[in-house]
Amino acid sequence: MSEEAAATGPLPVVDWLKGAGTEDPYLEGHKCGECGAVFLGQRENCSSCGARDQMSPTRLSTKGKLYSYSIVHRSFPGIEVPYISAIVDLEGGGTVKGNLINIDPDPEKIEFDMPVEVVFDDALGRKDRDGNSYVSYFFQPAS
Amino acid sequence: MSDVYIMGVDMIKFGRFPEKTVPQLGATAALMALDDAGLKIQDMQALYCGNLGQASAMVGQRILQEIGQTGIGVVNCSNACATGATAFREAWMSVKAGVNDVVLAVGVEQMGKGLLGGAGGGTGIPKEGLLGSGTMPAVFAEAGMEHSRQYGTTFEQFAKVSVKNHHHSTLNPKAMYQIETPLETVMNAEMISYPNTKLMCSVNVDGAAAAVLVSEKKAKELGMDRAVRVKASVLTSDPYSDRDLVMPNVNDVTRRAASQAYEMAGCGPEDIDLVELHDCFATAEILHYENLGLCKDGEAGRMIDEGETALGGRVPVNVSGGLLSKGHPLGATGIANIYEVATHLRGEADKRQVEDARLGMTHVIGLGSACGIHILEKVA
Ligand SMILES: [Zn+2]
Repeated sequence: MSEEAAATGPLPVVDWLKGAGTEDPYLEGHKCGECGAVFLGQRENCSSCGARDQMSPTRLSTKGKLYSYSIVHRSFPGIEVPYISAIVDLEGGGTVKGNLINIDPDPEKIEFDMPVEVVFDDALGRKDRDGNSYVSYFFQPAS
Repeated sequence: MSDVYIMGVDMIKFGRFPEKTVPQLGATAALMALDDAGLKIQDMQALYCGNLGQASAMVGQRILQEIGQTGIGVVNCSNACATGATAFREAWMSVKAGVNDVVLAVGVEQMGKGLLGGAGGGTGIPKEGLLGSGTMPAVFAEAGMEHSRQYGTTFEQFAKVSVKNHHHSTLNPKAMYQIETPLETVMNAEMISYPNTKLMCSVNVDGAAAAVLVSEKKAKELGMDRAVRVKASVLTSDPYSDRDLVMPNVNDVTRRAASQAYEMAGCGPEDIDLVELHDCFATAEILHYENLGLCKDGEAGRMIDEGETALGGRVPVNVSGGLLSKGHPLGATGIANIYEVATHLRGEADKRQVEDARLGMTHVIGLGSACGIHILEKVA
């Protein structure tokens, strides 16, 4: 690990995860001022209504509901299975895909529309070539 | 504008051919289609070639290097799994526009084994298994589970799609596999991404298919006996939908294409005698029954339960064995589907022949997304 990398602290897993390494990480959407569509990541124009230069950043909620999912039993070499790939609609807009954790990977246990919360943690120990660690987001059943 | 006709169409038996090159596979199918039309490469005025794996490597020209460099214009195109349908449609459009009278369309692909897709990528760390899954079985599992949440569709109902399509493939000598897979076998196969087991995922194979398209004038000159009329050719991209950043919407893109295709053909879903649709995963087939209007929304589960889409049923779907068992060579699939439907309309499908087939539909989805639909009609 280089000195420089160590000094910057953990990095965000995606560029729309803000505040990595602070006490207050959050997911950031970009909302269209014309039609209200919410996107993940920065953009200039709206692909929903075509409006130009109407995007402004918005802090996404940590509360949401499970929309759909799959339980992944076979993945690429080196990826630990099983895991639940979940699609979650966040309160106030924005749909995010991520791992649903702290619940059995069993369709009997997983219910559509179950309330979930967004939590932030180390990215399963994964590091990049420079030895940087990362902060990721996860979903878990709402407490 | 006058109609466009398929005069020749064929496909190689799908399989694994590591000793062949992509242009060789494409050339084989091209020659088969030319023979079927009773024409030579010298008769072709343009070539439309679909391939994904070597999209920047002039596959169409290299096919001509195998079968005759006549100097005609060549268009190479790629459009994910809608690549073959896109090549066919470009060929159709050039004839429809009156620019050409006789053209060749080829779709070809050589595939490795294993999973397609994967979340994230690029810089940083691998995102697969961290931010959910981007593997194709998972993506289409999530799309299937959306149907489950809406209509209560079960794992068993999804699995029945595979039972049916694998059964169909036992009647198709050009399919990769000809193996019966009873429900229990499908459901107990290795779970890849719930609810898709291994037998509910399409087979990665090498393949090629080709078609000769001609103008009405040329068709009359050549004889209409085995001609197949192209009644509709439609290509759409995915309109915006709320979740499409994380959940590719294969429904709206198909519904849009289907309604345009029915309008262009002047018919409705009730008139269609057979369908080859994009069963890249068993879950996907269920969605497309409704997307194509083969049944009302929410009835797809009942439709598979009652055998309406099996050979002999109300509207047989994927009697070729589908991508699940015939195989899915990405760039070839869209023309192989056209071969299948045309073969039924010509009454030449032997054991799997759909009786009295007059109108048939082909449908492919390229994730990202594209949808190609063709409606074909028996002439003689
Ligand atoms: Zn907008």
